[in-house]
Amino acid sequence: MSLAMSNRSNAEKTPFRRLVDSIIKHRWLYVLAIPGFLYLIVFKYFPMWGLMIAFKEYNPYAGFWGSQWVGFEHFKELFESRNFYIMLRNTLAINIFGLVFMFPLPILLALMLNEVRHEAFKRINQSIVYLPHFLSWVVVVSMTFFLLSTDVGIVNKLISEFGGETVTFLSEPKYFWALLTAQNMWKEAGWGTIIFLAAMAGVDPQRYEAAVVDGASRWRQIWHITLPAIRPTIIILLILRLGQMADVGFEQVILMTNPLVTSVSEVFDTYVYSVGILQGKISIGITVGMFKGVVGLILVVLSNYIVKKIGQEGIY
Amino acid sequence: MSFVATKKLTLFDYVNYTLLILISAISLFPFIYVLSVSFTDPKVYVPLKFYLFPEQWSLSAYKYILSTNSFLNAFKNTIFVTAIGTVLSIVFSFTFAYALTKKSMPGQKIMLGAVIFTLVFNAGILPNYLLIKELDLLNSLWALIWSGLTNAWSLIMIKSFLESLPSELEEAARIDGSSDIGVFWRIVVPLSMPAVAAFTLFFAVMYWNTYFNALIYVSESSKWTLQVLVKSLVIDSDSNGVGEAGAGGDEAFLPQETIRMASIVMAMVPILIVYPFLQKHFAKGVMIGSVKG
Repeated sequence: MSLAMSNRSNAEKTPFRRLVDSIIKHRWLYVLAIPGFLYLIVFKYFPMWGLMIAFKEYNPYAGFWGSQWVGFEHFKELFESRNFYIMLRNTLAINIFGLVFMFPLPILLALMLNEVRHEAFKRINQSIVYLPHFLSWVVVVSMTFFLLSTDVGIVNKLISEFGGETVTFLSEPKYFWALLTAQNMWKEAGWGTIIFLAAMAGVDPQRYEAAVVDGASRWRQIWHITLPAIRPTIIILLILRLGQMADVGFEQVILMTNPLVTSVSEVFDTYVYSVGILQGKISIGITVGMFKGVVGLILVVLSNYIVKKIGQEGIY
Repeated sequence: MSFVATKKLTLFDYVNYTLLILISAISLFPFIYVLSVSFTDPKVYVPLKFYLFPEQWSLSAYKYILSTNSFLNAFKNTIFVTAIGTVLSIVFSFTFAYALTKKSMPGQKIMLGAVIFTLVFNAGILPNYLLIKELDLLNSLWALIWSGLTNAWSLIMIKSFLESLPSELEEAARIDGSSDIGVFWRIVVPLSMPAVAAFTLFFAVMYWNTYFNALIYVSESSKWTLQVLVKSLVIDSDSNGVGEAGAGGDEAFLPQETIRMASIVMAMVPILIVYPFLQKHFAKGVMIGSVKG
């Protein structure tokens, strides 16, 4: 930018000229932005174009352009198939299990940790309960096998030692949803406390002191001071959690599933994997994936809208 | 609540402490069991016996798995993906997030919008798979790196961290004639070290633990990562699996359980090692997004 140019006042320039100047002025920022932005375009936006295959009869030899358009044929097929309703039911069931049993757990655990009077004891407990969060699902599922399977599981060993009948925890459809939820509880409950503990740390200690002076018991202090302090956090997380009802922990499900439990384990993503990648039925796979993506989109946008409506900061 | 620390413990505290100890014990139990079996001398190992401590310490299971090509290969592949992936993730994420904080930059709104849209909508498994295939990255470890490079959640968290930094230093450097890249490198990066630490760990754990991408993108067994190998050893366990994968020799005498448990430990060991030191940063990292100023 020459001196003469920058001395000219902005008013004399056309909007286009101003834009060009601004772009030149920010040129090094673009250099910083471009790798990440290009990545986003290539790896997140290019694939969206592939969703059009849901409206085509994909033929790998003909390629994308050579494949025939079929309109909403695959969607019709999907909604008419029995599998669709099984997947829908399983997705809902796994999520409802999670909502009822998993969601309250970090709140309870955070309340318990918050009541601990010895800092060191609290810190050690926190370090321990955060730990499982960092394990891969492969490791967690492997551990589950060594606890619950009929041949190498020590829980079954224990049961039979006490004269009980071996339980086929891993291949019985009726245990499957509970098992997923239990794994989630073990893995994520501790980690989930962080956000609540942070909200609790924001409470003015004087409020507790005043409550003690007034003779409030520990229960009443929790009920009237701690819980109200984390209520906004609870509500936001609950709404955002509802926005994820179309999702299930997919790596977990695909690792836990086996031929005996597919009736309760098949969800949209596992179906996409087995039909699309293993069987090569690309069009049907993409149709299922797109359905799930669009439902997920609607739920997330809706839940975020509600969070903002109640005056809180959403996820975007 | 330090003011109550001097008071004596009530029944409430005893119940609470007991429950917390119980919860911690449940959290630790599988670790202890797996670790103990993996270190137990195969000669004295009794299947299905519960070991709190190895009766007789032995490294034979580890010596065995570290002598097999399949394991060493998977280890090498995982380290490659984690190391290169984490560095690239940090570079791509922080540079882009920094540019996104500059509202005066033409196009900033469009770029931010593009980021946010990927937060709510993702093309899904198959379109991503087709892209990787088109790019000829199937059976390449780079597929694992590219597919995890950065994401909207990380970018938004890092952006809000960068926005919370004081702007005076940046302005001063700019007046002294630094370009945007100079400001970023000399002022912003040094100030961002806590966030860099937190996200280095997040990305590293993500790359180390990734299973599904490795499952669909990499089918050649020479390119397997640790998670895929452990899955095949433990979860697909026909009891001959380990021997087949191995280099041959006297492993026939080793009980399968100790080997399998040792392989599980190897799949989590880097995390177990760094965890005590870095736990603090992780917890801080989670809160980064919520300190918006």
